[in-house]
Amino acid sequence: MAQDGHKEHPKYMNIFWWLLGLTIVEVAIAIPDYNVILKGILLVGLACSKAILVANYFMHLKFEKKTLAIIVVTPFLICVLLVFALMPDLTSVDRLDGIEKPAEVVDTSAH
Amino acid sequence: MEHATTLDHTEDVYEPSLTPDSLGKLGMWVFLVGDTMSFGALLAAYAALRAGAGIVGWVPPSEILGINLTAFMTFLLICSSVTMVKALESIQNGNVSRMCTFLGLTIAGGVIFLGLQAYEWYHLITHGLTLTGIPDHGLSGAAISGSTLFGPTFYAITGFHGLHVTGGVIYLAVILIHGLRGRYTAEFNHEVEIVGLYWHFVDLIWIMVFTFIYLL
Repeated sequence: MAQDGHKEHPKYMNIFWWLLGLTIVEVAIAIPDYNVILKGILLVGLACSKAILVANYFMHLKFEKKTLAIIVVTPFLICVLLVFALMPDLTSVDRLDGIEKPAEVVDTSAH
Repeated sequence: MEHATTLDHTEDVYEPSLTPDSLGKLGMWVFLVGDTMSFGALLAAYAALRAGAGIVGWVPPSEILGINLTAFMTFLLICSSVTMVKALESIQNGNVSRMCTFLGLTIAGGVIFLGLQAYEWYHLITHGLTLTGIPDHGLSGAAISGSTLFGPTFYAITGFHGLHVTGGVIYLAVILIHGLRGRYTAEFNHEVEIVGLYWHFVDLIWIMVFTFIYLL
């Protein structure tokens, strides 16, 4: 397909309506108050669906060679790993909080 | 005969180039992959800070930000992505004037987006969302102390994206000028496709920013 100069164009208006519909669903899901985790999963799922539509059809990734698709998907996977890689830092902040509190108690009793 | 078989086998082993029609396109993809890591790092840092603050220590962004306006901005960027692919489709069919019209519409979408973002920032700053503080909505002490990180992360991420939109508008304007001068034809239009890749990437990133910063 890439060699053919994209002679066969996807139906872009169909993609547009899908993107618009998914955006409306996203906003409708985001407004009410309910389980935060469920809301997060739904919203991230919808955002990823929209991103895949844009990449596949507007950026023509679906019609490129698979090797290019693998190269493009790699940073997204690394970004997900990055979130998990940052988790130990958050845990260490909690530990520091725990250490500081007894130190303050000792100072107060000394005065 | 044996020699011929070996040659055929060799041809099968070698993989053809990724984008034989344009090395520039491959270059843009490589740039976008790197840029994805930049945005990924910013969003991961935001997610980590928010997770670290907990539910009580972070004000729901929907209480500070206007979702309706940014939903419209999202709609605008999606529309500009459609006009961008229509511009590419037009020039691949050899219609230069139609390509220029769609490129102009894409630029207009980008400029309106930037105008709305400037309005949003002005509104938020005047209402107290700064690099060191958040608007007072009768929040508890824990929420205020945790959410002071919201301002810097919000302005860093949306500002970085805004810079990309600004760059995209300038890039599109240059391509439009080339188009008006008759540079592109049905056979030579890789530059239009490459600027399209960049513009769709900007749209794709906004989809993520809209979800992570405004909706969650």
